[in-house]
Amino acid sequence: MSHHIVEVKNLRHVYPDGTVALSNVSFRITHGESVAIIGANGAGKSTLLQHLNGCIAATAGEIAIGHTPLTRGTLPHIRRTVGMVFQYPDDQLFMPTVFEDVAFGPLNQGLPDDMVAERVREALEQVGAAHLSAKPPYHLSGGEKKRVAIATVLAMSPDVLVMDEPTSGLDPTARRQLITLLRRFQHTKIFTSHDLDMVLDLCPRTIVLHEGTIMADGATGDIFADDRLLEACRLEKPFVMQGCPVCGMKGK
Amino acid sequence: MNVISAAVIDLKQLELLAQGQTTVHGHDARVKVLVTLFFIVSVVSYNRYEISGLLPFIFFPVTMVYRANLPIPYLARKMLLICPLVLLIGIFNPLFDRSTLWQLGSLEISGGCISLLSLLIRSLLTIGAALILVATTGFTTICQALERLGIPDVFTVQLLFLHRYIFVLVEEAERASRARELRSCGSKGRGIASVGSLIGHLLLRTWQRAERIHTAMLSRGFTGQFHGHRQAHFGRSDLIFLVGWSATFLLMRTIDPAALLGRFITGYFP
Repeated sequence: MSHHIVEVKNLRHVYPDGTVALSNVSFRITHGESVAIIGANGAGKSTLLQHLNGCIAATAGEIAIGHTPLTRGTLPHIRRTVGMVFQYPDDQLFMPTVFEDVAFGPLNQGLPDDMVAERVREALEQVGAAHLSAKPPYHLSGGEKKRVAIATVLAMSPDVLVMDEPTSGLDPTARRQLITLLRRFQHTKIFTSHDLDMVLDLCPRTIVLHEGTIMADGATGDIFADDRLLEACRLEKPFVMQGCPVCGMKGK
Repeated sequence: MNVISAAVIDLKQLELLAQGQTTVHGHDARVKVLVTLFFIVSVVSYNRYEISGLLPFIFFPVTMVYRANLPIPYLARKMLLICPLVLLIGIFNPLFDRSTLWQLGSLEISGGCISLLSLLIRSLLTIGAALILVATTGFTTICQALERLGIPDVFTVQLLFLHRYIFVLVEEAERASRARELRSCGSKGRGIASVGSLIGHLLLRTWQRAERIHTAMLSRGFTGQFHGHRQAHFGRSDLIFLVGWSATFLLMRTIDPAALLGRFITGYFP
């Protein structure tokens, strides 16, 4: 049995005000896959991600992580397996220092102190933030916060990494560094993003959401080549595929 | 600078001070909590007209500030903030309690004035001690120490959340207030109507943000307990710190060094 499989069947979510955020969403993501979930604002991407580790309860449908169905009883196990990096790192960093923040998850897992320290050191080194260990999170730059937020999740050794808009708000260099970092991870990865160039770089497979339903699920190259699909879902091709507006050179 | 931004920076400054590496910072948090508690109980246990007995207690905050290398102007500013509130509480003392307690020549000082002064000294001493405790220990560590001292989780976790959400609320307030200011063009920005709406929105936004933080905590296995990484090392120096200061407070409370000194001087120079 692999812990890395994510299976969603007929997922439906209706908010208390009656808004149908997700309807009949089904997919299966297998071990080591890197999958992007894209769509316009309000398509249901963030709602879908929050279902994957039980932050939101489904109105109907089933979710299974590594063949373990997501229920109230399996929630602690699922949350250990699925590491969630939120869109705004400020929401994720709440302890007085970076070290304590990264240690928060492993301590909750009940690990002994020396192992916690080792996990924190490894996670911070992996994201190139070991030198920030003693700093308070609110003194970090946007890029540093994002990396530390990823380290907080890596320290829990998750099997599946779920990230909501990982590159939003980053400068070009920090964005490039993050993409390089994410490419190195061997986990099953699920991203939502409006940064379609990043999606093209990192994810061989893409799921397109539109108004809460899956419009397409397939190879990223094929999806970005489908102009009608992109237009219907209020999306555009990645810049790298659009060609140069100055010299007229065609995109990739 | 926006008043709210200045307040946030001020709050964060207190937390930054707690990162210091002096011997006072290094003491076990439980010991510091207990010593501060003994200090506060000793100070507030005096009667309402006491002044001379309170003065020797200044020794504790002065020593701590010196040994922990804390910035005096910053702490003084924080302590002065509380003065108007104390004056508000004690302002009617001189009006209601007019019995003469001290007489310096023809100048009569009423019991009300003395009790107001005593209240002010006690407030400054206790607030000072609490500020020094936070500035040398950090709020999170204090909560963990309280938990180890037997205070139920439910209280310490509430305190931690309160502390965390103060920053969240203030940061949201800062952004909303700046946006309002920029579009007010130097005027009052449609007065109380817009302020009311702003406060309402602020509450809702803070609520949403607090929910997001809580979700992030749940995602990392939070089950209602904060597990501190810093180990409690109750050593010999902590024991000396605890016993030394507790004995000093007890001594000050029982023998009144100021009165003793007065008697000594008047004995020698009658």
